Amino acid sequence: MTPEEWAAVRLSLLVATTATAASLPFGVAVAWLLARRQFWGKSLIDTLVHLPLIMPPVVTGYLLLLTFGRRTPIGAFLADEFGIVFSFRWTGAALACAIMGFPLMVRAIRLSIEAVDARLEAAAGTLGANPLQVFATITLPLCLPGVIAGAILCFAKSMGEFGATITFVSSIPGETQTLPSLIYALTQVPGGDAGALRLTLVSIAISMLALLGSEVLARRIGGRRAAT
Amino acid sequence: MSLEVDVDHVRDPFRLAARFTSAPGLTALFGRSGSGKTTLVDIVGGLIRPDRGRVAVDGHVLVDTERGVFVPKHRRRIGYVFQDSRLFPHLSVRKNLLYGRRFATGGEAADDLPSVVELLGIGALLDRPPGSLSGGETQRVAIGRALLAHPRLLLMDEPLASLDEARRAEILPYIERLRDEAGVPIVYVSHSVAEVARLATTVVVLSEGKVTAVGPVLDILPLADTDDGGGVLDATVARHDEPFHLTVLASAAGELQVPRLTAAVGTHVRAYIRARDVMLSLRPPEDISALNVLPGRVVTIVASPNGAHADVRLDCNGATLMARLTVKSVQRLDLAPDRPVFAVIKSVSFERN
Repeated sequence: MTPEEWAAVRLSLLVATTATAASLPFGVAVAWLLARRQFWGKSLIDTLVHLPLIMPPVVTGYLLLLTFGRRTPIGAFLADEFGIVFSFRWTGAALACAIMGFPLMVRAIRLSIEAVDARLEAAAGTLGANPLQVFATITLPLCLPGVIAGAILCFAKSMGEFGATITFVSSIPGETQTLPSLIYALTQVPGGDAGALRLTLVSIAISMLALLGSEVLARRIGGRRAAT
Repeated sequence: MSLEVDVDHVRDPFRLAARFTSAPGLTALFGRSGSGKTTLVDIVGGLIRPDRGRVAVDGHVLVDTERGVFVPKHRRRIGYVFQDSRLFPHLSVRKNLLYGRRFATGGEAADDLPSVVELLGIGALLDRPPGSLSGGETQRVAIGRALLAHPRLLLMDEPLASLDEARRAEILPYIERLRDEAGVPIVYVSHSVAEVARLATTVVVLSEGKVTAVGPVLDILPLADTDDGGGVLDATVARHDEPFHLTVLASAAGELQVPRLTAAVGTHVRAYIRARDVMLSLRPPEDISALNVLPGRVVTIVASPNGAHADVRLDCNGATLMARLTVKSVQRLDLAPDRPVFAVIKSVSFERN
């Protein structure tokens, strides 16, 4: 593999890991709200979360560019006040991936929270646990397999994300050229077939490892539960 | 301790309008299914917010809709033993038992696990997952878990309903010990006359969302609207009649011979006598197989709505007994209030419960 190909693989892993880790707390919080609370505007939030799933990725990417570009009010504010720049940076790729993976993550976690028996949560309350403690000691441990599944889905989506990423942050080698972007670029130049094939194999290997890892993790949690 | 309840709660078509004050000991909320018992304990436990009313335990106001008070369930210190036990499946029995401790405030962190484990006989289960326990074990652990959170009041919602007869007999003695030794007042929901007769100090009778009677169990139970009404006698074990496998109980109404009990001589027991197991005679019967003949006098005679039978309430030296007779028998014996009669009860009609 060429240094350029290695850089794309490393960048994709960094982007996918960052996107998953950064969106996980929000994913759990939103999933819990949708699963357990009734409030005004709930269906609006539900729709907003799912929007990236049904819109063309290019549209999502363009909307991100309109929102977080350097010259937009939000983009300028983030850059001036916090030094956070998204456009044409790897952090922007992570943001795009997080947004694209969010609906998948929330869906999986929400389903698993809904499967947790609310009567157990009520019982924990009568034993003195406040709502946050109930969540930490009862809901979260019982829905952990769903949280892992959601994280893996988000990670896999991030590894493969192309449309929103290339629209928002372009494909700059070493900065925003992720694995799918490089595969696409290689298919556009004569003699790039071999590189594209190598990266495809790497991509398949990473996907399988991620899936395997989640299986092992889920089994270890299940095993620990049966043993206690 | 005292529990004061005065609440109205409407969930169409059901309407709960209940007020009562309970005494120390075990208060039984008694009534048919659908009479509002569970809704009432859910309100006391903080699982349901009533439309209107007030709930107070020992003067601590938990709910007062007029003043906008609603203490959330995790700050009420009211233990709740659910019908479906609700043990946490991801925690061991020991961790289930200690769950309430991590949230306890103040100086109650004393190590009382051994005493509760001993009280409930669950020492051998501590390291097992809840999924591997039998129904009776599960419910004992659930009781221990609620107890170890140091509640001011313990709610038990039909804790024996999901168990078979043998498992009930296994747990009842533990609940009696709880009532007598743990010093925590208990509100016990049940639709079983036998359980209420055995356990209750005070009975609150609920019917269609309304409290129809409140008082000591010996006075209230004979009045309760049940399919197999009956009377309760307070008694002590006088002696055992070993050759015949009988136990003789001494009560205000007289001596009762019942199938051999395991309880030691001097133990306080309650005999629940179903109305349909009691025969009446105007003269002391002779040459009869039944071993128990108690003198008394008729207090009231209430015919059933369809006129098929009548429930005769007897006063046997201060104790209340009920006899269910056909209307034909009532007429044949010419029974009327204040008439002296003899109640005849077969020893084998007693169930060991």
